[in-house]
Amino acid sequence: MRDIVKHFPGAKALDGVDLDIRAGEVHCLLGQNGAGKSTLIKVLAGAHQPTSGQISWKGEPVTIPTTMAALRMGIATMYQELDVVDGLTVAENIFLGHELSSGGVLHRSAALEQTRELLQRLGHPEIPPQREVGRLSAAGKQIVSMARALSHEAQLIIMDEPSAVLDPEEVENLFRVVRSLRDQGVAVVYISHRLDEIRQIGDRITVLKDGRTAATSLTVTDTPTRELISLMTGHEVTSDFGGTASGPTSSDPLLEVDGLAIDGVFEPVTFDVRPGEIVGLAGLVGAGRSEILETVYGARRATAGEVRIKGKKLRRGSIASAVDQGVGLAPEERKSQGLLLDQPIYRNITLSTFARFGRSGLLNERAERAAAQKQAESLHLSPADVTPNIRTLSGGNQQKAMLARWLVHGCDVLLLDEPTRGVDVGARAEIYSLVRELSRQGTAVLMVSSEIEEVLGLADRILVVADGRVVHTGPSNDIDEHRVLDLVMEGAHT
Amino acid sequence: MSETTATGAHTGADTPGRDLSPEESKPKKSVAGSNLSLGHSLGLILALGALVVLGIITGGDRFLSLDNLMVILQQAAVVGVISIGVTFVITSGGIDLSVGSVMGLATIWASTLGTQAIATDLHWIIMVFTAMGVGAAAGLLNGLIIAYGRVVPFIATLAMLVAARGFAELISGRQTQIVTVPGFLSFFRRDILGIPVIVWVFLLVAAAGWFLLNRTTFGRRTIAVGGNPEAARLAGIKVKRHLVMVYSLAGLCAGIAAVMMLSRTTSGSSTHGYLYELDAIAAVVVGGTLLAGGRGTIFGTVLGVLVFQVLTNVFVLNNLDSSVQAVVKGAIIVGAVLLQQRFSSHSRT
Repeated sequence: MRDIVKHFPGAKALDGVDLDIRAGEVHCLLGQNGAGKSTLIKVLAGAHQPTSGQISWKGEPVTIPTTMAALRMGIATMYQELDVVDGLTVAENIFLGHELSSGGVLHRSAALEQTRELLQRLGHPEIPPQREVGRLSAAGKQIVSMARALSHEAQLIIMDEPSAVLDPEEVENLFRVVRSLRDQGVAVVYISHRLDEIRQIGDRITVLKDGRTAATSLTVTDTPTRELISLMTGHEVTSDFGGTASGPTSSDPLLEVDGLAIDGVFEPVTFDVRPGEIVGLAGLVGAGRSEILETVYGARRATAGEVRIKGKKLRRGSIASAVDQGVGLAPEERKSQGLLLDQPIYRNITLSTFARFGRSGLLNERAERAAAQKQAESLHLSPADVTPNIRTLSGGNQQKAMLARWLVHGCDVLLLDEPTRGVDVGARAEIYSLVRELSRQGTAVLMVSSEIEEVLGLADRILVVADGRVVHTGPSNDIDEHRVLDLVMEGAHT
Repeated sequence: MSETTATGAHTGADTPGRDLSPEESKPKKSVAGSNLSLGHSLGLILALGALVVLGIITGGDRFLSLDNLMVILQQAAVVGVISIGVTFVITSGGIDLSVGSVMGLATIWASTLGTQAIATDLHWIIMVFTAMGVGAAAGLLNGLIIAYGRVVPFIATLAMLVAARGFAELISGRQTQIVTVPGFLSFFRRDILGIPVIVWVFLLVAAAGWFLLNRTTFGRRTIAVGGNPEAARLAGIKVKRHLVMVYSLAGLCAGIAAVMMLSRTTSGSSTHGYLYELDAIAAVVVGGTLLAGGRGTIFGTVLGVLVFQVLTNVFVLNNLDSSVQAVVKGAIIVGAVLLQQRFSSHSRT
């Protein structure tokens, strides 16, 4: 691919990308969220058409008008969201869209036979071709997805963050399969955030930043990690978490969680957060961190225990009760849980407070807008105008708008679930210093993050959660990343 | 809709001079308040204009007469009030299939001998309150089943559609019940400033609906709940309670429509409001309210109702087949939705 440019109305998603992939290599594509990785692979898969630029396939210039055309050429894509149909069998999924048939009548036994061969080739002969895909694990589904790619006799397979849904052991398995594909002469484009994975599996690397190639065809063995990171971010990484923790400003707990539990989801947890303190929940995805946070907020109904704010007990399963007592939540899935994407920024900021500005049920949009504007400015929201729909903002700015919502509301306790997910490095630092500033002003912060480094850097105290249980509680400077991971692993296996 | 053509043609012919009232006075509102794309309402205004031109060409003075204008408005009024309620429901991300049946039930309940006897003894307003109360209660039940019973709105209101119609037949024994309370009829069949009272009611409900949707916390919550229920819930909005209120409001509107229907036809009948839910949904969607929720426009709904009523009127004046009219109506619905998709900003997913 040479100099690919892709324009979308209002934004340039790709702005001159070069990528060249050889047969029999694993080519890693690196880049932050929004760097253009997804758009690039969609162009390759025929889902988007480039505005300009040239794609060559086996030395010939080609256009890829449709996804079907891409498949016929031998380019198969495995998307991040597993694109298998749960209700169909393994064999039916593999031949979906190109069923073996004559005159509309399916050749079932031939399909089963070929399915068996494909699974054999992938080293998973144990998957029965007639099993319903819905009953397979995420890893199994991924194998099916890969088998489907092979059934098209793909010579290039694009894998978009294939390890995101897998356990460590399953990732090993995936790597084995990827290596054997490579040895069979198949080219693999491997997209991942995890640098250690790329070290293990990749041959060459292309780095994207802001829709351009920051570097192309680096060899994995010759490129230090530091260089990769600085290429991705555009500057040297410093672990800046907005200064050191200031510690609690008072010893009376603001938020008290006492024996809180949901049967079958997480076991009783007890902890408190004092004013000016940041407490972090560390652990793996699915360990129960978000569930604990959401239960504290009342978004899930606890089956045992209670939550108190300044000694006042919150009603179980009542968000309104939590919000009234000054608790705010910035949820994990910003877009699906936090924002009204087609509404103006200011209405998103005042979503929990708009009733306050007017009187007796009437709105006062002018006051709302002014309050939102004030917060937007103090948080350096860009653009500073709060009228456009919030959809137009970047991830980092959307997150700031979420924080602005609770700043307008005036929160004593702020619950942050993955506050920097999908946020680029520059905005991250701003969010860190914002959280610090809030805590200095006496807000109690309870945060969840998958990035252990982030939890350790930001929090005063951490709770390590594994398999629905808190396995460790202690000050964050008494523990390091490896120890946390050890705890998580131990906890998950006992 | 064709059954309503001839009735009411002889009301409202007294004072000329205010003939341009509804169409002319409203565009300003939309620009100022509702957040629909200007392009869409412009398209509707053009469509309405084209129909008016068509009416003038084919019907001439018969179409342009004040009498005819009032006929159109009176016919628009009943479905119009129902559509205002449905606009809220659709904006909240739901659907209400029961409004037509609920209106029928309310006309029956308010015109039973018992109700009318009490109304004669006390005041005709009893009938009004009965109809509104029945409508609101049915809507409340819808809302409770949807919000707390977690039944999808389509099914819950489908059940109400069937049940309310059946209940109305049970009460009335499938007999049409004539309204005999003189005060009731004389009040609602009167003109004020040359405009029939029920048209005033429609205008009032539309204005109140616009205010409620665009200027109150209730409206903002409706838009928020329809736009992203999870985000609304996590921001502390009481989503379930709000949905109950939204469906109650739609029921209340059906009750108000029942009062208008009682006065126009001077009778209560279990067949009143048959298929009105579909007319209302069509008007709302054509008007530009997103069927998926999160964006609603009262002004668009009013325009949508008028487009269909003018269309009906043009066909009737020209003695054209009502089947052809139905086909044209279908084409308008599809055309409007295609237009809506063209104008909506987020075609990218």
